[in-house]
Amino acid sequence: MKKDQDYISDIAEIRSMMERSSKFLSLSGWAGIMAGIYSLAGAYVAYRIMGADPGDVSTTYANVNISSKIPQLIALAAIVLILAVGTAVYFSGKRAGKRSEKLWNPTSKRLLTAMAVPLVAGGILILILLANGIVGLAAPLTLIFYGLALYGAGKFTYPEIKSLGIIEICLGLIGAYFIGYGLIIWALGFGVFHIAYGIYMHFKYER
Amino acid sequence: MKISIHGLHKAFESRVRLGIMSALAVNDMFDFNSLKEYLDVTDGNLASHLKALEKEAFIGVNKSFIGRKPHTQYFMTPAGKKAFQEHLDALEKLIKLRK
Repeated sequence: MKKDQDYISDIAEIRSMMERSSKFLSLSGWAGIMAGIYSLAGAYVAYRIMGADPGDVSTTYANVNISSKIPQLIALAAIVLILAVGTAVYFSGKRAGKRSEKLWNPTSKRLLTAMAVPLVAGGILILILLANGIVGLAAPLTLIFYGLALYGAGKFTYPEIKSLGIIEICLGLIGAYFIGYGLIIWALGFGVFHIAYGIYMHFKYER
Repeated sequence: MKISIHGLHKAFESRVRLGIMSALAVNDMFDFNSLKEYLDVTDGNLASHLKALEKEAFIGVNKSFIGRKPHTQYFMTPAGKKAFQEHLDALEKLIKLRK
């Protein structure tokens, strides 16, 4: 015959198992903070490449001829992306190790699959637009598709990710309207909000 | 089906079996190695608990190969879902009663 205490710990075990086996909880706030820093640095370099002055908000990139700089900008974006993803994998791996779980498990697989669909679709769309010379929409569209990916991912990891997704989508839509300010809004979404969320998640879940 | 006085299933008395059922309740499919990782048990221990649940027809097995490696996936049967739900209800009742 079990004691009351046993039943209560049975229920605790059921709860914890359900959560751990259905959600990816090794996501680290540091990944967000670092991704934000890379993004801000990337946005700064992008401004330099386009020959605009980042300190002067009135120089919007709509009036700079940047078609010739596209390959450079794509390379820059790829570097920022690889750094951000690499850092996220590194910190998540470290956290998974601490929880004595593997990084590549059913929850991370599900999270990545959910994110991959909007991200790949958006990436291809942006490349198609760039190939057709439609440059201004690239930055806002990355925000929108990234936001959609986060919103969908919210079910498979910390729920806060959902609200970050909504913010990115809104910023993307604003950026699509004010095309000249696309890059500043991009830096806000990928830089500032990543850092803010990273700090919040770090203090909420990692201490 | 063995049911104890409170409506608690004997099959779920072990913490490992409870863990297996909890994981399968929220996942359509779960493979052997992932279960092992989450429950932190040995191969033999996990296998015997899975066998026991399989015998009760609470879980089903799906065996396939990925390349040459065997890939065993487990899922909850409708009977298992019902039994697990009853077990949860019984736990809930029990705790309410003692309060």
